[in-house]
Amino acid sequence: MLERLKEFASEFFVTGDPLIYGADVAIGITIIAIVSVLTYFKKWGWLWRNWLTTVDHKKIGIMYIIASIIMLFRGGVDALMMRLQLAMPNMDFLHPEHYNQVFTTHGTIMILFMAMPFMFGLFNVIVPLQIGARDVAFPFLNALSFWLFFLGAMLFNLSFVIGGSPDAGWLSYPPLSELSHSPGVGQNFYIWGIQISGIGSLATGINFMVTIIKMRAPGMKWMKLPMFTWSVFSTCIIILFAFPILTVTLALLFLDRFAGAHFFTLDLGGNPMMYINLIWMWGHPEVYIVVLPAFGVFSEIVSTFSRKKLFGYKSMVFAMLIISFLSFFTWAHHFFTMGSGADVNAFFAVTTMLIAIPTGVKVFNWLFTMYRGRIRMATPMMWTIAFIPCFIVGGMTGVMLSVAPADFQFHNSYFLIAHFHQVLIGGVVFGYFAGLYYWWPKMFGFQLEEKLGKWAFWTWNIGFYVCFMPQYAVGLMGMTRRLSTYGWDTGWWELNFVSTIGAFLMGVGFLFQVAQIADGIRKYKTLKASGDPWDGRTLEWSIPSPAPEYNFAVTPRGDDVDEWWEEKERRAKGIHPPEPVYEPIHMPKNSSIPFIMSVFWFVAGFGFVFGWLWMAILGLAGVGICMIARSFSYDTDYYIPVDEIKRTEASLRGSV
Amino acid sequence: MAQAAAKHGENHAHGHDHGHHDPQEMKILGFWFFLISDVILFSVLFATFIVLRDNTAGGPILSDLIKMPGVIAETFLLLTSSFTSGLAVLAMNQGKVKQLINWLIITAVLGAGFLALEIYEFVEMVHEGFSYTTSAASGAFFTLVGTHGLHVSLGLIWMIGLMFQLKKRGITDVTRGKINVISLYWHFLDVVWIFLLTIVYLMGVM
Repeated sequence: MLERLKEFASEFFVTGDPLIYGADVAIGITIIAIVSVLTYFKKWGWLWRNWLTTVDHKKIGIMYIIASIIMLFRGGVDALMMRLQLAMPNMDFLHPEHYNQVFTTHGTIMILFMAMPFMFGLFNVIVPLQIGARDVAFPFLNALSFWLFFLGAMLFNLSFVIGGSPDAGWLSYPPLSELSHSPGVGQNFYIWGIQISGIGSLATGINFMVTIIKMRAPGMKWMKLPMFTWSVFSTCIIILFAFPILTVTLALLFLDRFAGAHFFTLDLGGNPMMYINLIWMWGHPEVYIVVLPAFGVFSEIVSTFSRKKLFGYKSMVFAMLIISFLSFFTWAHHFFTMGSGADVNAFFAVTTMLIAIPTGVKVFNWLFTMYRGRIRMATPMMWTIAFIPCFIVGGMTGVMLSVAPADFQFHNSYFLIAHFHQVLIGGVVFGYFAGLYYWWPKMFGFQLEEKLGKWAFWTWNIGFYVCFMPQYAVGLMGMTRRLSTYGWDTGWWELNFVSTIGAFLMGVGFLFQVAQIADGIRKYKTLKASGDPWDGRTLEWSIPSPAPEYNFAVTPRGDDVDEWWEEKERRAKGIHPPEPVYEPIHMPKNSSIPFIMSVFWFVAGFGFVFGWLWMAILGLAGVGICMIARSFSYDTDYYIPVDEIKRTEASLRGSV
Repeated sequence: MAQAAAKHGENHAHGHDHGHHDPQEMKILGFWFFLISDVILFSVLFATFIVLRDNTAGGPILSDLIKMPGVIAETFLLLTSSFTSGLAVLAMNQGKVKQLINWLIITAVLGAGFLALEIYEFVEMVHEGFSYTTSAASGAFFTLVGTHGLHVSLGLIWMIGLMFQLKKRGITDVTRGKINVISLYWHFLDVVWIFLLTIVYLMGVM
């Protein structure tokens, strides 16, 4: 009995690697610390009532962002470990198997568990405030989306200490990801972690589309919509069409592994190439999903900090919509070398080049907005300005890669690695950082001090170029991706060494940001932000920071793109809005179902990972019961009485 | 009935006070978007089936196993159930809760009949050596048709749940929204079945 238990444990837990043992201890200590702090300060009830069961879009947004920053840390540590391994030839820091796991989890976490939730966090906090709404269209579904993402991410991360991490690359190409080549449970963790959080992403896409279509403030016509909201809308269109493809693709891979089907296997008629087509039909739109909201953020910031209307509003809108359409017709450029033939390659090369045109339009719009503007160099604006040259270089190397014949040279080299990091870090990460700094006072009610933020900005930026510029060169010299070590005779080591220094500089930049936030939290009372700390232009700045739970005491109007700016102009001329007439506000009630249902999804996912059918059935039954319970509950909302609104407004406005 | 009407009035007032967004209208729009995502889901499965249907790896071929009479009976049952679910909505719009529940029961029974025939068809195929793991083609067939069957099964459970809610609460704004949504869903499954019938079965035997 004991022997069997031991044997089980040695397979169940990841063993034999000192790095993992270290992580085990760290995770254990963190959990004990969190549990004891919550118990000591008697905060369990507070946690449950205010966060775990909340349906308030602002709190959900904050939880998304916190989770994504934790994931940024984990993905970043993965990156630094890889850079350490590659710093010198013949390094023996990570074994090849461990290296495979690290690059797989780095990619998956950064895209799906860092970029996506960061983006959803910004959607949640800002979109309802920008369009003058009290909440999103489906607050319950919104909470469910968050918890599905969170528990999906936890399931994926669990693979690190239990069962073993996936190691077939961030998109898990078969046949490598099939049972024949990856018999362990790592791939199952990959499939179920992404699957569970993917359902949440799809639901968020639907939720925000309906929110933007149906809940805009009176007067806010489509061409009066703030640009960030437009970017969210175009992103949601892509999510709606792309995420079901991912769901099916992963489901089919799972059926291959679990039920013995032959969709992508090498035997009995399976077709691995089909997986690669399907996954990129989702995967390419996915990169536009994450980058479009960043474009939206930049548009808001550039206009606010140049004190000018956004240049070329309509062309910006059309550029975004064209990108969301074209993003579905470029997927095959990820495998020009796989022998689709000249005609197919030519088609996808042309569509890929076409998509650079609307992107170029946007860059000019931002530049012309700044032209003759009164520019203020606050941190959000600095990230925006740094983004432009970075994204231009990233975009140009993208056009180079889209030239199909030339791609045979670039394919899977470090040139490609440098390219997509340049657009994803320079575009997405810089954009979300800019957005976080910009909307931080709105989220938390206090300003962050600029000094540490500027240190963070410069270390990140210098680190970025030091890290990735050498990678273009080393890629052209023949270094391929996913290489765990190389010899002295390759001539690659100097460039790799420089690249590693750059990576650590970015790590230092991250530490500066953590210090900046910690410092802000310590001094938050002295850093109190007004409702409109940046002299903003859109409706979110017209209400106190942080926003009250009902957002707007009185539904605002949205007659102009920069409605709040126009309102301020009117007030300066002495035209004041009429005294507000309050009415009871209709609000959704908190619910524990989203959290509990997601926990059941986690249980089901865990059961499927290890092939324990009883556990999977138990989990799915729990999910079903939660759905029925929700369908049968009719007491889902309440009204905030006028007295309470008056009291809240008086106390908030008094301090503004 | 009068009670139902009164309740309806009350909920209606809630839905439209102080320029509030109508939650039922938003739910229907949201459900349309969900259906779009479901269309994509089925499109991927159809594409997979079309790519893999000839990859039989020397095993049985689907077209030899299709028994059209059974398939036609399934089609008849599902199409009729779509019609009866439409009648259910008509009854709802006239405020006749009992008639509504009865039509839903008939819809559910027809749906269950469809499922029974489909399961019988699957079992027959497995007996003839065409099982899930036989080849890429068999796996693609069972996954595509089975996903539709799974949708029908979930719809049945959902419909039964709604019958209880109707019995308890009558026709209110909320239950009306729910019935509208499930009837959309049911018609959608019907449309998917037409494509299954054409692409999987008719193109298979021709």
